[in-house]
Amino acid sequence: MEHLDSLRSDLLDQVSGAADLAALEAVRVGALGKKGRVTQLMKTLGGLAPDERKATGQALNALRDEVAGALDGRKTALEDAALEASLVNDRIDVTLPARPAEPGRIHPISQTIEEIVAIFGEMGFTVAEGPHIEDDFHNFEALNIPAEHPARQEQDTFYLPERPDGTRQVLRTHTSPVQIRTMQATQPPIRIIVPGRTFRADYDATHTPMFHQVEGLVVDESTHMGHLKGTLIEFCRAYFGVDDLPVRFRPSYFPFTEPSAEVDIGCTREGGEFKIGAGDDWLEILGSGMVHPKVLENCGIDSTRYQGYAFGMGIERIAMLKYGIGDLRTFFDSDLRWLKHYGFVPLEAPSLVRGL
Amino acid sequence: MKFTVNWLKDHLETEATAEEIGERLTMIGLELEGIEDPAAKLAPFTVARVKEAKRHPDADRLSVCIVETNRGEVQVVCGAPNAKTGMMGVFAPAGSYVPGTDHTLKKGVIRGQESNGMLVSEREMGLSDEHEGIIELPADAEIGTPFATLLGLDDPMIEIAITPNRGDCLGVHGVARDLAAAGLGRVKPFDRSPLAGSFESEIKWRRDLPDGLAAACPYVAGRTFRNVINGPSPKWLQDRLKAIGLRPISALVDITNYVTYDLGRPLHVFDADKLNGDPTMRMARDGEEILALDGKTYQLDSEMVVIADEAGIQGIGGVMGGELSGCTAETTNVFLEVALFDPVRVAATGRRLGIHSDARYRFERGLDPVSAQWGVEVAARLVEELCGGEASEVVSAGTLPEESRAIDYRIARTASLGGLEVAEAKQSEILETLGFGVAAGSEAGRLQVQVPSWRPDIEGEACLVEEVLRITGYDAIPQADLPRESALPHAVLTPRQRHVTAARAALAWRGLDETVTYSFLSDSLAQLFGGVPDALRLVNPISADLDVMRPAILPNLGAAAARNSDRGLGDSALFEIGPQYRDDTPTGQDLVAAVVRAGEIGPRHWDRAQRPADAYDAKGDALAVLAAVGAPVDKLQITDDAPAWFHPGRSGVLRLGPNVLANFGELHPRVLRALDLRATAAAAEIFLERVPLSKAKGGRRKPALELSAFQPVERDFAFLVDQEVAAESLVRAAKSADKQLITAVSVFDHYAGKGVDPGKKSLAIAVTLQPRDKTLTDPEIEAVASTVVAQVIKATGGSLRG
Repeated sequence: MEHLDSLRSDLLDQVSGAADLAALEAVRVGALGKKGRVTQLMKTLGGLAPDERKATGQALNALRDEVAGALDGRKTALEDAALEASLVNDRIDVTLPARPAEPGRIHPISQTIEEIVAIFGEMGFTVAEGPHIEDDFHNFEALNIPAEHPARQEQDTFYLPERPDGTRQVLRTHTSPVQIRTMQATQPPIRIIVPGRTFRADYDATHTPMFHQVEGLVVDESTHMGHLKGTLIEFCRAYFGVDDLPVRFRPSYFPFTEPSAEVDIGCTREGGEFKIGAGDDWLEILGSGMVHPKVLENCGIDSTRYQGYAFGMGIERIAMLKYGIGDLRTFFDSDLRWLKHYGFVPLEAPSLVRGL
Repeated sequence: MKFTVNWLKDHLETEATAEEIGERLTMIGLELEGIEDPAAKLAPFTVARVKEAKRHPDADRLSVCIVETNRGEVQVVCGAPNAKTGMMGVFAPAGSYVPGTDHTLKKGVIRGQESNGMLVSEREMGLSDEHEGIIELPADAEIGTPFATLLGLDDPMIEIAITPNRGDCLGVHGVARDLAAAGLGRVKPFDRSPLAGSFESEIKWRRDLPDGLAAACPYVAGRTFRNVINGPSPKWLQDRLKAIGLRPISALVDITNYVTYDLGRPLHVFDADKLNGDPTMRMARDGEEILALDGKTYQLDSEMVVIADEAGIQGIGGVMGGELSGCTAETTNVFLEVALFDPVRVAATGRRLGIHSDARYRFERGLDPVSAQWGVEVAARLVEELCGGEASEVVSAGTLPEESRAIDYRIARTASLGGLEVAEAKQSEILETLGFGVAAGSEAGRLQVQVPSWRPDIEGEACLVEEVLRITGYDAIPQADLPRESALPHAVLTPRQRHVTAARAALAWRGLDETVTYSFLSDSLAQLFGGVPDALRLVNPISADLDVMRPAILPNLGAAAARNSDRGLGDSALFEIGPQYRDDTPTGQDLVAAVVRAGEIGPRHWDRAQRPADAYDAKGDALAVLAAVGAPVDKLQITDDAPAWFHPGRSGVLRLGPNVLANFGELHPRVLRALDLRATAAAAEIFLERVPLSKAKGGRRKPALELSAFQPVERDFAFLVDQEVAAESLVRAAKSADKQLITAVSVFDHYAGKGVDPGKKSLAIAVTLQPRDKTLTDPEIEAVASTVVAQVIKATGGSLRG
C-alpha cells in the first residue's frame, strides 16, 4: 500500500498547490474524474482477491473522501479569496452624494392655517369659506358698517367698476362676510372658522394689498364673553406652545361686535430679543367681541334668542411671530431661498394630539 | 388724540402719574399710543450754584469754577464771560447729552485744569440762539431742581387712539370723565353757564335749507364780539397747543383750536368786518368754489353744506372755514360759529374734497348736540379773557335736536352676555359717573337708563353691558370653556377642503415648492392668459402692475420663476393652490392647483444627467394631483386642445368627456418671452372643484383583494406606426385583445430616427397576462399575442417591427 500513501500525499499537495479555481478543477479531474488516478485505481479493484479487495477498497474510499474533502476546503478558500479580491475592486466612494429626491416645501401660510384648523377643530369648529369678490351688503352693510361710517373709510377698500345698476363689488376687506353668508344659510347653533384671503389698498413695510385672516363665529343661545376669553386664551397658548402665555383683553370697537375686545399676548423685548411669553410688554394680535344684535338681525337670526361671539386675526402676523419671519412682504415674493428656508416639509398634517 | 397731564388735571382731580393714567386708559378702551416726557431728555440738567469762579491760570478768557450741585461740588472750566462767584446756573455733568450742540459731554482737562461738566447757555439747551453767556437763574432757585421743572416742561404728553365710536373722547373733558368712572379721580365740571351779552348782534345766523335737508344743519348759534385785540395767545395756551403738535397762530384761532381739543367742540370765527350780510347755512351750488383756510381752492357740489354770505361761500360746513373771512392780527370785530351738522354729510364732503381737519374728524364721529349751546358760552369767556372787547347776546337759527333716549336694561345681561356678574349698585354707579341717567326699571332686575347727549354710539343693552364691563375691566371676566357639542370632534373639513390638503402634499412630495401670490396682476400679463372682463379691473389698484384680478395663477408663477432666475436660481418648481377669477359674482371664482417648472429638472448630480422640464413632468404633476383628490385617473381622456398659453404641439388636456380637469404642457414660447423666462417651462393647471366627488356608498371599504395562484406572463412587442399615432390608442388596442387576461400594458420604448423610416416611429409595449384558474400553455399565450398584434395593426395601421 506504499504507493497509495505517496498518491495521497501527491494529490493533497496538488490540491493545496492549486492557485485558482481552474487549477483546482484540473486537480479534481486528475484525481476523481472519470480518468482520474483514484478512479483508475478503483476500477482495478474487481481484479483483486476478495480479502485484498476489501482492504484496498476501504483504503481507496478513505483516500477518495479525503481528497474530495481537501478539494472542497481548497475551493471554499479560493472562493473566499476571490470574493475578498472582488469586494476590494467593488469599493465605491460612499461620500458621493445620494440621488436627489427632495420634497418641496409647504408655504408658512398653509402650515399656519392647518395649525389653526387643528386647534379650533378640537373645539368643535368647522371650516367655512366664501368668495373674495363681495357685494356691499355682505362686506359692510350687514356687518353694521354703513356708507360714510369712519370705520369703512379706515379699510382702504379695493373697488371693481360700477355695474349698470349703480352698485359696485369690492374685494373683501376681511373674512367677516363669510359670517354673514353662513348665518344667512344656517340657523344656530353655528361654530365656524373662516381662513382666507383678504384685500386692502395699502402697501408699506407692514401692509400688503393682500393678506390672510381667520375669522371665528359662534352663535347659540348661551355663549358669552367668558367663553370668548376661554376660547382665545386656549388658542393662543396652544398655537404658540406656551402654557402660561399671558393673554389680555382690552375694550375696543368694531361695528359688528358689542361689547368688543382687542386681545394682546405677553412678550418681552429684553436685551433687544423679542420673545413671546410672560414679560413686561404686550403685543396686539386679534380683535373680537360679542356679535352685534344688528348683525344677527341682518342675517335673519332672532337677536333676542341667539347670541354669540366673533373674532378675527391676521394669519401672516401670527405666523411671523411663531416662526420668526421678519418681513410681511416676503410672504408673497416667491423667493426660492425664502420658500426653502421658512417652508415646511410635508411630513404630517398639523394636529393637536401630536403636538404643533 | 393728544393732551398733557396738566391739561387733563384741569378736568380731573387726580394724583395719578402719566404711566398710571396711560395704563388705565388702555384698559378702558382708550388705547395708549405713547407718553412723551419732554423733561426726560433734559433730565441731567439741574440748578447749580457757582461757589467760586476764578480766572484760569493759563487762559485769559476761561474761568475755573467750583460748582455746587445736587451731587456735590465739582470743578468746571467755563468760557462764558458772565460766569461769576455766587451766580445760579444750569449744570450738566459729564456724560450728559447736550441737545443744542448735539454732543455728549466728556470729562476733560483744559489747559491743565480738570473740567467735569458744563454750565450751559440757552443755545446749548436748544432753547434759543442765545450764546453770549451761560444761563443765569434768580438767586432763590434751589440747587438740584430739574431745569425742566423751571421751564414748565415737566408735563408729559399722552397720546391715545380713539375708536370711531368715541367722538366724546376727542376732547380732554371726555377723557377725564372716563377716567373718573374708572376710579382715577373726580371729574371737574366746566363752566357752561350763560354769559350775558352787552348788546344785540347785528349779524344774525340764517338757515336756507331745502325741504328734507333740514337735518344737514339742524342748528347753529353764534355771537358777535366787538373791539377785540387778536394778538398772540398767552404762554400757557401756546404751550398746550405746542405740546400736542399744533402751531399757535393768534389768540382767536388758538381759542378755536383749544376748545376743539379741550371739549371736543369745533368752533369757527369770522372777521365780522369781512362778512357781507348775514351768514347763511345752505347747500352749495354745483361748481361753486371756496378758498379755504389751508390756502387751497375747492370746488363744491350740491350735496355739501356751506356757510355763505352775499359775497360768496365763507366756509364748508363742519370741514373748514374760508380764507377770505378768516381772522387776522388786524381783526377787531368777530362773529362766532357754533354749529351742528349731519355727521354722514360731513364725512362725505370731507372725503370728496380730500380734507382731513380736526373739525371734520369730530363732526363725522358724532358731536354732543348740546355743545352748540354751551359752546357759545365757553368761547365767549375765552375771547373776553384773552382778547378783551365785549360779547353780544347769542344769536341762533334752527332748533337744537331734543333727543332723549332711554334703554330698558336688564342688569343680568352683564352675566349672560358679558360673562361677569356685577352688582346692581355697582352698575348704577358706573353708568352715572359716565353721565347716564339711571332710574328704576319696569320690573325688578331692570334699570331705566337715560343715554347722555354726547354718546350717540349707545344703542341698546349690549352697549350698556360694554360700558359696565370696560369700566369694571375685562380682566375680571372669568375664562369659561366652550361646551363641547360631542365627546369627540367631528370632521372639520369638507371633502373639497381636504382635496386642497391632499393636492398640496402630492405636489410637495413631487419636489415642488408651494408659494402664495397675489390675487391680482398686471393687465398685460393677464392678456397672455386669456385676459379679463372689464368687471375684474380694479378701480383703485395700488399699482399698474396689480390692476386686474387674475384669470389664471400661471402668469404669477411664471413671473415668480423669472424673478428667481434673475437671482441666479434658474431651475425652479413652484406650485400654488388658490383662486382664479372668471367674473365678479360669488360663483365666479375657481379653485385651481397650478404648477410651473422652469429650467432643468432636479439639481445637477454626478449620476444623473439634467434635462429641461417638459410636458411629461407637467402631466405627471397633473395626474398626481388628480389621483390625490380621488379623480378616476384610469378613465381620463387626453386631448390636445390646451389653451393658447401652452405650446400647441406640446400640451394636452385631461378630461372626463366635456369636463376639463386639467391642462398641462410646455408654455408657449411667446408667453415665455413675455414673462422674461429664458428657459423653457412646463406648466399644469388642475381644476380641483371639477373633480367629481366620490359617492362613497360602502364607506371607505375597499374591494376584496384577488390574488391569483398563477404567475403572470409578460410579452414584449414593438410596432412601427405613423408619427401621428397616439401611444394611448396603441395601448388601448392592445388592452382590448383580451380584457380578462391582460391586466397591464406599458410603453417601455419610444423611438424615431436612424433605422426607422421618416414619418414613422417605433413604440414598444410590455403586455402582462394574468391567468386566474390555470397556468397558460404556449399555444394559449401565442393566441393572445397574435390578437394583440392584430388589434394594434387594425387600430393604428402600423406593423409589427421585425
